[in-house]
Amino acid sequence: MDGVMNPTTNIISFDLTTTSLRDVNHYLHHQVSPGNHIDIHHPNGAHNLAVGLQEAIAVDIHGHTGYYAAGMNQLASVTIHGNAGAGVAENMMSGRVHVKGFASVSAGASAQGGLLVIDGDAGLRCGISLKGGDIVVGGSVGSFSAFMAQAGHMVICGDAGDALGDSLYEAVLYVRGNIKSLGADAQIEPMTEDDQAIVANLLEQAGFSHNPNDFQRVASARQLYHWNADAKQDY
Amino acid sequence: MCGIVGLLIKNPALRDSLGALTVPMLIGMAERGPDSAGLAVFTQPIAESDRKYSLYSGTTVVDWGQLIQALHQQLGGTAQIHTQGNHGILTANLSPAVVKPWIHEHYPAVHILSTGRTIDLYKDEGQPAAVAERYGFSQLKGTHVVAHTRMATESAVTPAHAHPFTAGEDFCLVHNGSLSNPHSIRRMLEPRGIHFDTDNDTEAACRYLEWRMQEGDDLKSALQKGFEELDGFFTFLMGTQDTLALVRDAFACKPAIVAETDDYVAIASEFRSLAHLPDIDHATLYEPAPEEMYVWTVS
Repeated sequence: MDGVMNPTTNIISFDLTTTSLRDVNHYLHHQVSPGNHIDIHHPNGAHNLAVGLQEAIAVDIHGHTGYYAAGMNQLASVTIHGNAGAGVAENMMSGRVHVKGFASVSAGASAQGGLLVIDGDAGLRCGISLKGGDIVVGGSVGSFSAFMAQAGHMVICGDAGDALGDSLYEAVLYVRGNIKSLGADAQIEPMTEDDQAIVANLLEQAGFSHNPNDFQRVASARQLYHWNADAKQDY
Repeated sequence: MCGIVGLLIKNPALRDSLGALTVPMLIGMAERGPDSAGLAVFTQPIAESDRKYSLYSGTTVVDWGQLIQALHQQLGGTAQIHTQGNHGILTANLSPAVVKPWIHEHYPAVHILSTGRTIDLYKDEGQPAAVAERYGFSQLKGTHVVAHTRMATESAVTPAHAHPFTAGEDFCLVHNGSLSNPHSIRRMLEPRGIHFDTDNDTEAACRYLEWRMQEGDDLKSALQKGFEELDGFFTFLMGTQDTLALVRDAFACKPAIVAETDDYVAIASEFRSLAHLPDIDHATLYEPAPEEMYVWTVS
């Protein structure tokens, strides 16, 4: 294996300009133990980097990643010191993924657990079909975010684009900035003490210091849960 | 899936390296488009009375020298040609209104890929690296470039279906995505005398936007009408004599990322095509927003 161990820090380093993506992912899947710390340099927008991790390891990626970085993550803590391409942390099961820059479309799609933190903005469809994971976005999210989100939480410190929470199930969204428009069946509801505690906890985990009182709660009006034969059927 | 690539040089000292900077960007998008590739390069404008014609003869062997001799004998004027196998760039002080019909009549196997005072265009089937090698993309010089790697989804794989598409003069467009109403656009344009070369959806968008500009719209007004008329998924990158322009559909279905430094503006479908550009670590990186117009002008 081409990873280089620093004897002082015990950090194992890979450089994607000299080691293949497949070799790095193979190492992360088969040759790590809980507590290991791995650095990856020069990702240069590679797809599928650090996907399917299953151990409680720390992975620091120094640069920008391509599609599906840290997808299907379990237990690991992956930090991207750069921007992430489409579908970062998609279908995450547990653990933590932290994007220090901005994230492209579909960040955290279908995540079933774990925490995704994006320091910058997230593109369209952030948290689409969220199934139990938590997402904290330091900046704003694009249109159609949390579309059909079923469980979990999204904390949006900036603004939300069009059709936020369209066809929401039981995921709950908290927005600090402006909401351009709500999607079908999404509604703004009063913040309860429980909501404030959830927001405070997620902000603390994400390292943001906003006041939980500044957030609005968006949840499902549950009007689409059952077929309504009297509703206008335009399509 | 397809890949788009654009580069506009701000620092004149880098204009001689335009092709060398572009080739790794194009090859970076090879996985998104391995069946064909193309590139339009924009140079300083030639004399007002002159026009450049990028010609392509496919598998037909054309005696280019004989072509310009015949052209000169029959149409007059002065003409010269710079050739590379089945590709030639004809420069002549003759109007497109006479040159284009003459080529169609006398050299039906020769396709006119582009016309204008600044644009040279190359496109062909094959892996992007092979196409770049075939036509010497790394040697190209100029102010800006629009390039494409194609993975066909809705019409045949032929050189004519490769991007960039052109219409009119000094205008080209590349597309990642698919349109759902290209046939109705075409049915609207054809009765107005606008001729189509292929059945490709991107050609409809290219000809629609160029038609709007012929009708008096500036580029931004044409793009605004494009948002209203063109239905489907698209990231469009366009080149004119002195600009690059980029738009994405309302759903931002197809990717795009921009890197800007003091020296250049670089555009690609994905960051991996930008990763090797000089000083990229200090570039301003952003994803263009849906239904916004991004226009960069050569200074």
